[in-house]
Amino acid sequence: MLSKRIIPCLDVRDGRTTKGIRFRDNVDIGDPVAMARFYYEEGADEIVFYDITASHERRSIMIDVVRRVAETIFIPFSVGGGVRTLEDMREVLLAGAEKVSVNSAAVSHPDVIARGAEAFGSQCIVLGMDVKRVEQSAAIPSGYEVVINGGRTHTGLDALEWAQRAERLGAGEICLNSIDADGTQEGYELNLTALISTQVGIPVIASGGAGRPEHLRDVLTTGRADAALIASMVHFGSYTISAIKSYLSGCGIRVRRCR
Amino acid sequence: MIAIIDYKAGNLTSVARAVTHLGFPCAVTRDAALIRRAERIIFPGVGAAGAAMSHLRQLGLDEVLTEQAAAGKPLLGICIGCQVVLDHSAENDTRCLGLVAGRVAAFPAGLTDENGRPLKIPHMGWNRIHIRRDHPILEGILPEDEFYFVHGYYPVPDDPADVLATSDYGLIFPTVIGRGHLVATQFHLEKSGRSGLRMLKNFCTWNPSAEA
Repeated sequence: MLSKRIIPCLDVRDGRTTKGIRFRDNVDIGDPVAMARFYYEEGADEIVFYDITASHERRSIMIDVVRRVAETIFIPFSVGGGVRTLEDMREVLLAGAEKVSVNSAAVSHPDVIARGAEAFGSQCIVLGMDVKRVEQSAAIPSGYEVVINGGRTHTGLDALEWAQRAERLGAGEICLNSIDADGTQEGYELNLTALISTQVGIPVIASGGAGRPEHLRDVLTTGRADAALIASMVHFGSYTISAIKSYLSGCGIRVRRCR
Repeated sequence: MIAIIDYKAGNLTSVARAVTHLGFPCAVTRDAALIRRAERIIFPGVGAAGAAMSHLRQLGLDEVLTEQAAAGKPLLGICIGCQVVLDHSAENDTRCLGLVAGRVAAFPAGLTDENGRPLKIPHMGWNRIHIRRDHPILEGILPEDEFYFVHGYYPVPDDPADVLATSDYGLIFPTVIGRGHLVATQFHLEKSGRSGLRMLKNFCTWNPSAEA
């Protein structure tokens, strides 16, 4: 049986990581390659890079980061942020990433999912979705709406319908971020995660709200997630990935033990 | 030199990076002469069996691989490279290389986990292997080691002796196969952390002729 995956997420701007206060050893906390190496050694099952570089011209910096990460770590990693076209996908995948995630570009042009899956295989294409709790309505029957621009723009898309549509279009995985839980460190949005995870046939990575190992336990059991994204709780040194995995293992959740 | 077969099947660079990281010279190539000169061959790939076989045939690499396998050169297939070494794949109803007798089957619908919950297909993520037969490529591999998988089909050799290891995903299926100078893994060695690198290194130093 598959182990539940623990996936640290690194935000990268202009080739530098933007979070990470207390880091052990001699890791340069601003260097995404060094941080990726650190998490790889610690037992991360996968790594997500999110490029928040504002200007399009500076994308080549991110591609260089991807190339250097690929030479350094030997687990899958994905890259998201600013991926809009087939050409953006190709660049990231050729540089050595396993997967590429599309978010707002897929909302405006859903066919980018189908074209990406056709060109590179579904296993490469992750749909990133930011979701906000709203009143249930005829338009949003699940009570969860897809949002973009960090939650500032509502799309009118029902989260469950969007997830199912993305699956039909060929997405291989969904990274499901709760805007309500994001940054709170008070736990994942369990209802949302369980709703999506049980209604699609592709893996769901839960994102947003992780602050303590118990939160991962809950989202991987009650929330039915296949994987859990973590950020602050490891970036700021409050927990190590190995400690989180020991805890989950003690709860009877199967995780990969790193040698 | 290790030849990594380039047949437009994606993600060849990650195998090359892993081999280079281990300190073995390698070349990603579709040049028959270079492949013939190589000390060993890695046959990687993601994608569909039909596309993989048609690319191999277009490039004439099906014949090179068959000839090199017959010549006894150490050969490692990875993922789709573990499938097309068999006779036939259910994916796209594809006739394959036939280097190992057997077929490639699809995961059936309706597989469930130990709690009766439906399992998602493809089988994607980290799973363990259960060693059925000792082999130099499995040296140093421990029961708790896990490997990274992404696949909806799996290899089924005719001869159970060709199954070196199996995994469990609602059913028990072969994940490492081997016959003579050929070994193949359904999972991605190059993306399986230190456990995968260990197995890749085992292949890079394997000397099957010395065993015979």
